[in-house]
Amino acid sequence: MGEPGTSELVKLEDLEASRTLTGRKHILSLMVENKPGVLARIAGLFSRRGFNIDTLAVGPTEDPNISRITLTLDGAVHPIDQVTKQLHKLVNVIKIRDMEPDQTVAREMALFRVNAAVENRQEIMQFAEIFDAKIVDVSRRSLTIEVTGTADKIDSFENMIRPHGLIEMARTGEVAISKARPDN
Amino acid sequence: MRAADAVFEALKAEGVNHVFGIPGGANLPVYDALHDAELDHIQVRHEQGAGHAAEGYAKATGKVGVAFATSGPGATNLVTPIADAMMDSVPTVFITGQVRTDLIGTDGFQEADVTGITMPIVKHSFLVTDPRQIPEYIHAAFHIASTGRPGPVLVDIPQDLVRADVDYEPPTGTPDLPGYKPPLEGNIKQIRLAAKALANARRPVIYGGGGIIHANASEEFREFCTADNFPVTLTLMGLGAFPAPHEQWLGMLGMHGTRTANYAMDEADLIVAVGARFDDRITGKLSEFAPRAKFVHIDVDPAEIGKNVPAHIPIVGDAKDVLAKLNREYRALKADSSRLDDWWKRIREWQTTYPLRYEDTNDSEIKPQFMIEAMYEATGGDAIIASDVGQHQMWAAQYYHFSKPRRWLNSGGLGTMGFGLPAAIGAKVGCPDETVVALCGDGSLIMTAQEMATAAHHDIPVKIFLMNNGHFGMVRQWQELFWDGRYTAVEMGPSPNWPKLAEAFGWKGFQCTDKTELRDAMAATLEADGPALLDVHVTKDENCFPMIPAGNAARDMVG
Repeated sequence: MGEPGTSELVKLEDLEASRTLTGRKHILSLMVENKPGVLARIAGLFSRRGFNIDTLAVGPTEDPNISRITLTLDGAVHPIDQVTKQLHKLVNVIKIRDMEPDQTVAREMALFRVNAAVENRQEIMQFAEIFDAKIVDVSRRSLTIEVTGTADKIDSFENMIRPHGLIEMARTGEVAISKARPDN
Repeated sequence: MRAADAVFEALKAEGVNHVFGIPGGANLPVYDALHDAELDHIQVRHEQGAGHAAEGYAKATGKVGVAFATSGPGATNLVTPIADAMMDSVPTVFITGQVRTDLIGTDGFQEADVTGITMPIVKHSFLVTDPRQIPEYIHAAFHIASTGRPGPVLVDIPQDLVRADVDYEPPTGTPDLPGYKPPLEGNIKQIRLAAKALANARRPVIYGGGGIIHANASEEFREFCTADNFPVTLTLMGLGAFPAPHEQWLGMLGMHGTRTANYAMDEADLIVAVGARFDDRITGKLSEFAPRAKFVHIDVDPAEIGKNVPAHIPIVGDAKDVLAKLNREYRALKADSSRLDDWWKRIREWQTTYPLRYEDTNDSEIKPQFMIEAMYEATGGDAIIASDVGQHQMWAAQYYHFSKPRRWLNSGGLGTMGFGLPAAIGAKVGCPDETVVALCGDGSLIMTAQEMATAAHHDIPVKIFLMNNGHFGMVRQWQELFWDGRYTAVEMGPSPNWPKLAEAFGWKGFQCTDKTELRDAMAATLEADGPALLDVHVTKDENCFPMIPAGNAARDMVG
């Protein structure tokens, strides 16, 4: 392909368009102005463009004027490039990062209430220990367990616990932050 | 001063001379301040008219168009023009009254959540929560509406806040919008790449859209297109960006474009899109659109690039800047024009075989295409034409050869019937020395006919050329071609006596039913003092051809 400054022309057959679907999960981290209606604008954009959000977490940042919205979506279904470009058009969206999986620390918290009769209580408590989970509430028939970790870890815990009778589950959706460079 | 007075100070600071609107309860304080403001207010008869007039004003002048409405129904009546301005990227600011802050959320009288309702159809919106925000928000609204890809911005002001006292200080400089940085300059490496690809292209087509006109880049576009013997086509929104007729001009492309333009896209090896968005009316069946082509896509809105069609060389930037650079880079390559000879041979064959044509009559009957040709002659091809939506719009796009930008005002993206008359009023207010013609269909005109009162009231001498075929003609055509001729709700029945209706509004009214009298009738209408309507009875069942049936490929054009 011709380099700038040379007279070498560009062969049309060498031109490639960027792929639109990446096929993996993406975590987008949005810095937005902390103003009324911002979340509605983002949610509205997703629904009218037909983008489906898998998880969404909103919270304050170190700057009181700025909130962080962390959302995950499936790059096998949605052209992430188009999603971020549309989000950028919202005037209140200051910055968007498509988090690189290997340079990102992502965590989610989940609460599970599980059937825990005498005969399986011990086994559930063992699972909790393996997953570094905390038992935060106990009743005669159930345990409430708090798990923190990657979305995959929480999925695994859910799979382990489900056969025992999952009564209720609440997940926060992932929040993420990029890793510092080792020398920083 | 009162915040309401600050509204007008802020508008004055933005250089606003004209606003279109209607008063009501919630914007009474604003209208009270208008009493003393040095600014022309055009009192329309329906808020939709205010919005389209603001659009017509903006499209004709390039300045931001402004419309006022009160809360509730006043504001909801603006929804159609706001959506229209969004689809066609028209720089507009809408200032609506809102109920008092203590009533917001209580379903108060004439309350509507207009910032909520319009959220998907504005470039941005502001709900004022403190009167001191008013000058800042208006300043930001104009900046957002007019920069980058232009569009509508809404400022909603509660009635109690606009009565408050504020210290007005004119906002200066670029507003503080940390999330809004429209791109300006195109990446020079990408531009060079595009120039080199073009120099190697054997079958290139330049495909321009309305973005060229918004960027005031028609001159740069023409320079670039004539840097070599490039074939040029334009979208409906782009007409006028390249001077038609011209040797390199293929005609409009898309659903009712020329066969030549659509076949050229189909066989092109490189398509350079400038300020155009590959809308479905252009591409037809997406999977079969321009199957042999690589794409250079130039747009100020990065989200348009790669949205519908993959871009091999994306260039984000203002068309004026990018085209000037691309022109320079391309000319420096001194490409051999003769490589395009075979391509032009092919194109000339299409032009000879498939010219735009219609069967004219031998009697007095007026064919609609003939009417457009007569209109072109009567106006010297130099009028501002504000069109409604339908067959007449497509025939005008085909047979009125627009040679300059900002002469063709129409609703392309949203396809809003009733756009023509109020847009013409807005254009005439903005360009009082130009001839402004509203080209209307009888189905469209009646949707906003009340604005004839506005033109009479404010002495705005627009002309209406009414293409009267007694039908919703385009719908009738689709029912004939694609719904087995099962005509449903397309006949206009006992339509009004249009010349008399015009006269009732204080206009001059004319009628023409005979081809031989059409030119004289058009001249009389154009020469009449004040606003005038010419009711032209045309063939009732003429179809607009050629056409790519919706969802088909360019190769499958019919008619």
